[in-house]
Amino acid sequence: MSNPPTIEAIGLNISFGHGARTTRAVRDASFRVGQGEAFGLIGESGSGKSTVLRALSGLNEHYEGSLLLHGRELPHRRDKAFFRHTQMVFQDPYGSLHPRKMVNKVLLEPLTIHGLDRPQQRVDEALTAVGLGPSFRYRYPHELSGGQRQRVAIARCLILEPEVLLLDEPTSALDVSVQAEILNLLARLRQERNLTYIMVSHDLAVVAHLCGRVAIMSQGEIVEELPVADLRAGRAEHPYSRTLLAASRSQRPAA
Amino acid sequence: MSASTPFGVWLRAPVPASPFQARMQALWKAWRRLRGNPPALAGAILLVLLLAVAIFAPLIATHDILAQDLTARLQKPSATHWLGTDDLGRDIFSRVVYGSRITLYIAFLAALIAAPLGLIIGTTAGYLGGWTDTILMRLVDIFLSFPSLILALAFVAALGPGIENAIIAISLAAWPPIARLARAETLTVRNSDYIAAVRLQGASRMRIIVHHVMPMCIPSVIVRITLNMAAIILTAAGLGFLGLGAQPPSPEWGAMLSTGRQFAMNAWWIAAIPGCAILLTSLAFNLFGDGLRDILDPRHG
Repeated sequence: MSNPPTIEAIGLNISFGHGARTTRAVRDASFRVGQGEAFGLIGESGSGKSTVLRALSGLNEHYEGSLLLHGRELPHRRDKAFFRHTQMVFQDPYGSLHPRKMVNKVLLEPLTIHGLDRPQQRVDEALTAVGLGPSFRYRYPHELSGGQRQRVAIARCLILEPEVLLLDEPTSALDVSVQAEILNLLARLRQERNLTYIMVSHDLAVVAHLCGRVAIMSQGEIVEELPVADLRAGRAEHPYSRTLLAASRSQRPAA
Repeated sequence: MSASTPFGVWLRAPVPASPFQARMQALWKAWRRLRGNPPALAGAILLVLLLAVAIFAPLIATHDILAQDLTARLQKPSATHWLGTDDLGRDIFSRVVYGSRITLYIAFLAALIAAPLGLIIGTTAGYLGGWTDTILMRLVDIFLSFPSLILALAFVAALGPGIENAIIAISLAAWPPIARLARAETLTVRNSDYIAAVRLQGASRMRIIVHHVMPMCIPSVIVRITLNMAAIILTAAGLGFLGLGAQPPSPEWGAMLSTGRQFAMNAWWIAAIPGCAILLTSLAFNLFGDGLRDILDPRHG
């Protein structure tokens, strides 16, 4: 890789609490994600994978170590320009849309904040891109299904035309049939727009479907990084990774 | 509204085509919920009646409210004086009708001052947290530690009697509970994903508070202030009764009640009629406020 990677984490440490009750949620995590790559972070709950994502997104400003975008270190308090490069899709589409705002308003908000032109046209384009269409503009979230809400949440990210999407278990709150639709949508969007994905999940099948390379986290540490082909074939080196893969295989014998 | 008329179809269209239509549909649904709640509907009808009476007072009143007629003092309700006359021979019906203007004026103005003040302070304290929260909430605690009528009395005593001062005094006593309510609501939404999502769009804190936190608090604040209206009206009447609110010869209900007190034994209507007016108005606000609680929640769509 001659160009600097799109996203790079160097020696990321995140802890919560003070003094004796400090919990080190992430220990010395480092990884690089290249332009247009889909990178997966997997691990059981509490392994720190979502914490990495929240630090990356700018929601958690209290971390040690460096996070770099295109080789330049990001300030802990992100500036407005950063959010045009990087957007995040949340896990629970029932919680990530404002319950009192119409889809139209939800999508116009980022455009107003960043002062983008042709707002109406952009809203229609974003809704069409996620497979909903302009007829969904004047609906409230409670009038939408879980899958439709997640599509609106994705549209809200896309409307700022970011190059990096952070995906925090974007399908785990959805029905299995809807999960596949959303995953296919994400795969198509990445292809069309040359997006870079960093996806957090505990579902190995989901990660294997979308990502090219995964890092396995355990107790705040990245224990192993491997291409998805190795993940599918079960070629892991670290004992923890082997246990995780074995557990996942025994869970779904058909896959 | 029949479903067969073009307007009815437009109102029920499953997919609204404009923000205006979506808003009208929400309003239509709110009206249907209100219709299904008889006590709230009764409260709303009473309030509309009261508002109409206040607006059209000159058309409804049968007598001049200030004209004294000592030959016709303390008369029982009759054909000429529907609700009797007071100790100076003034027509009580006309005075109660005009008094509704004063009562609504005080209630709405006090609410209009107290609700935004409480909302702004509560949401700011709740969202920003830290020192801002500590200072603002201690201020609220101080205000809350006084009984509100006593606080209002103290303010009026300091500022001088009169309606305007009564309104200021009542608002000063009414905002702290609203601030506390708004703060509590803010704390439940500030860590939600949809607030995190707007933060990740680069929204300023000011923008988040005004556009995203406040809309979540406004319904409960409206419900609370509507229920508070009853208390505001009672405080206003209380101040009037004590001679610190509206001054004679203004037909304020509390002041009328106060004069009626001296004649309660032989001319019950002087005190009873304004008393009933206060009772009905407070009741209407309470019933309507309870109904609003159910209506203002779009999640019950």
